[in-house]
Amino acid sequence: MSKLQVSMTVNGKTIEALVEPRTLLIHFLREQLNLTGPHIGCDTSHCGACTVDLDGKSVKSCTMFAVQANGADIRTIEGMASADGTLHALQEGFREMHGLQCGFCTPGMIMRAYRLLQENKSPTEDEIRFGIAGNLCRCTGYQNIVKAIQYAAAKINGVPFREAAE
Amino acid sequence: MTDQTPTSAQRAEALQGMGCKRKRVEDIRFVQGKGNYVDDLKLPGMLYGDFTRSPHAHARIKKIDIAKAAAVPGVVAVLTAETLKTVNLAWMPTLAGDVQMVLADGKVLFQNQEVAFVIAEDRYIAADAADLVEVEYEALPVNVDPLKAMAPDAPVIRDDIKDKAEGAHGERKHYNHVFNWQAGDKAATDAAFAKAEVKIKELIVYPRVHPCPLETCQCVASFDKVKGELTLWGTFQAPHVIRTVGALISKIPEHKIHVIAPDIGGGFGNKVGAYSGYICAIVASIVTGRPVKWTEDRIENLSTTAFARDFHMDMEIASTKDGKVTALRCYTIADHGAFDACANASKWPAGLFSIITGSYDFPSAHVSVDGVYTNKAPGGVAYRCSFRVTEAAYCIERAMDIMAQKLGMDPAEFRMKNLIRREQFPYTSAMGWQYDSGDYHTAMTKAMESVNYKKLREEQKAKQAAFKRGETRELMGIGVAFFTEIVGAGPSRNCDILGIAMFDSAEIRIHPTGTGICRLGTKSQGQGHETTYAQIIATELGLAADNIIVEEGNTDTAPYGLGTYGSRSTPVSGAATAMACRKIKAKAQMIAAYMLEVHDDDLEWDVDRFRVKGNPERFKTMTELAWAAYHEVPPGMEPGLEAVNYYDPPNFTFPFGAYICVVDVDVDTGMTKIRRFYALDDCGTRINPMIIEGQVHGGLTEAFGIAMGQEIHYDPEGNVTTASFLDYFLPTAVETPKWETDWTTTPSPHHPIGAKGVGESPNVGGVPCFSNAVNDAFKFLGSTHIQMPHDHWRTWAAAETLGLHH
Repeated sequence: MSKLQVSMTVNGKTIEALVEPRTLLIHFLREQLNLTGPHIGCDTSHCGACTVDLDGKSVKSCTMFAVQANGADIRTIEGMASADGTLHALQEGFREMHGLQCGFCTPGMIMRAYRLLQENKSPTEDEIRFGIAGNLCRCTGYQNIVKAIQYAAAKINGVPFREAAE
Repeated sequence: MTDQTPTSAQRAEALQGMGCKRKRVEDIRFVQGKGNYVDDLKLPGMLYGDFTRSPHAHARIKKIDIAKAAAVPGVVAVLTAETLKTVNLAWMPTLAGDVQMVLADGKVLFQNQEVAFVIAEDRYIAADAADLVEVEYEALPVNVDPLKAMAPDAPVIRDDIKDKAEGAHGERKHYNHVFNWQAGDKAATDAAFAKAEVKIKELIVYPRVHPCPLETCQCVASFDKVKGELTLWGTFQAPHVIRTVGALISKIPEHKIHVIAPDIGGGFGNKVGAYSGYICAIVASIVTGRPVKWTEDRIENLSTTAFARDFHMDMEIASTKDGKVTALRCYTIADHGAFDACANASKWPAGLFSIITGSYDFPSAHVSVDGVYTNKAPGGVAYRCSFRVTEAAYCIERAMDIMAQKLGMDPAEFRMKNLIRREQFPYTSAMGWQYDSGDYHTAMTKAMESVNYKKLREEQKAKQAAFKRGETRELMGIGVAFFTEIVGAGPSRNCDILGIAMFDSAEIRIHPTGTGICRLGTKSQGQGHETTYAQIIATELGLAADNIIVEEGNTDTAPYGLGTYGSRSTPVSGAATAMACRKIKAKAQMIAAYMLEVHDDDLEWDVDRFRVKGNPERFKTMTELAWAAYHEVPPGMEPGLEAVNYYDPPNFTFPFGAYICVVDVDVDTGMTKIRRFYALDDCGTRINPMIIEGQVHGGLTEAFGIAMGQEIHYDPEGNVTTASFLDYFLPTAVETPKWETDWTTTPSPHHPIGAKGVGESPNVGGVPCFSNAVNDAFKFLGSTHIQMPHDHWRTWAAAETLGLHH
């Protein structure tokens, strides 16, 4: 199949590549760019394991062709920690609050939470739950994911994090 | 001058041993997207495999034409049953003693069954070509109803064994019969029922569900023709079992098979078995001489690999008029689908289902289970439970509620009256199980007090009165469940898989500088083993948990073990870890005695060191002893500091818990809202409370999914109607309730550290608790039992049946 030239920014780096028109963005990221952080959980846009940040929106990268991302600015989980290795507040929050178990949903969940906190600096618990409803987790029961996002919001906002009373 | 020497307590805290909320070491890679899952693996020259699957649930195959598929550019090979027959792999043995088609041989027996395997240069080409394999089918009559499987005119599911009078588990009474299995004393039970004062009987159905981990099943097979060695990376909960099964069926010697389970994205029982995809990838790699990757998509996962439950339980219990249970009798039809690929210990075709007497003191009991074949996918794994324990717990907990209702007693009060009493432990049940330890009344009382049970019942009464007066359309249900599990399979006298006793293992090697590595036969799929096993070692050996690496999943380096499922890691490998530590510690003690020039008996252990009794200033820390082990051991002693333990548990462990749920039900829409869920778990000694709480949250959420909406449903033609996330309910953060967790601690007396295992308790106890809550809401209107799942439609239908909409 003939290939098309695409160019995009991924985690701050300019990428030029040839892709088949039917190649899904998730396969392009995972197999051509070797960014295996975003995962494939359902193939039908339900689970959100493949979530990346694209031009200021959360995008399920299994639902989009790589050619549609031509010219886009993409951030994946691999682009979240600082160059010196310091974890992003969300990455730290997920570990501190035990917001993950098998880790398979985590990259998508963190990328979704990243955009959620861009849109809403101090979300309530209900807003967080609604905000991550497109991302499925089979291990944690979400309660600690909510806390992880609250932890990160507090850290980003420079206010002390208080665990809600059980 | 202040004393800066750390106290014992400070030193203990620094170790991050058992009982502390140690942060997980595996999270460092997972939060950065640096986990290493099977699909992340890319080998030079790697090919991709994909299946052509059957659209029919039951059909004869007249012809398979692979010409068009094979002609697609980029297709390297196409396998069918005929190709597999040349290497004698068209069929494979199952863990349950049956055989199963790898690729359809002559006919298909369930929808989406594997018919051909296409191998191509990339996954898109493989998928294209799989669609071009032309199969001519002749449709056959379909049966997907297990209750009709043994009818005289039922369609013959298995042509290959239709005339066999004996199966792997004894006599077969019908061509669609798999086995009959019984436990308990039938005569005594029948006699108790004959003179029972009060009896209840109900058909309690636990529908077919699917464990559905977020990562599907997948593998990469790479056969090295020159060395004759196979390396198989895969999503394996039990890597050693896969290696042994692989050796037995492929005839590749076991030492030339290297099985590696890297990070696994959840398992929940789905990743215990051996699937067609693994066999086909292996054969494809042998045929092509290149590595071959196979990854399931979600539809394939939900419709073909390892379902769970599908138990149809005719349950009876008997009681005295004043509420003391006297007997239990249960006849069950178990739907095994087209092949018996159940994951159980080999001698237990219905698993540990005889735990069905639960937490109650039944003087007599009997169960009989008939397994049957239908035109549904094979499987029957323990979805986040020990073999068939969830089915048993659901059945007894529903039945106890139904009996309480008949007696006019409160369900909690009825349970309190029948719970096994603390002084009865170790308790031998009517089924012969010896429950190791328990303090049920304390747990139940704590649960009831924590939620203010009495007040909840008063509120419910007031709401029921208001409903009857027409002032509200909302009903309130209170679910109570008290469960006892049987986990940690298991003792070799009870349990084996294909003849291999279900022990497990740990091998610990301490390096000269006092750090070390522990390798085990289990395999984490999210349970946090890299964190918790190191905590056991920290406490046992006095070396900081951060200085211990835990490694699982590589069959070349790990000692043999049976893997992780059935909450067996802590009860079995956790015990092996402690025992291996104790061997190391005993050697260290001899080295310490030699160095301190005292007798072994003159030393005592203090957190991280041996010190001379009565002279605590004279000591050797474990780190110092590790160094000494490599250069100044006593004369005649082998240098080095390592040990391996294969632990054959003397008994199962019996975790238990008391759960209470409050649900509000809108009778006009069938919408339910879980207002409150309280879970008290007793898993014996607690290794990491943070991880325990996480396990309970996750298990409760899976239980919520099962009770309130999950079902793998087939229409009468055998079409799976719930094979994607459009139709198969997985709770999101919005529906999922908030969880309240609590605990009591009753250590296991036979486990070296007293731990019992916890991962599956919340699923075992959660499902009946939700179901009891919904049923409880309708009880005062005369309803006795509404089948799961309690989705909005079924709940609305229950209200409709009770005439609440007129």
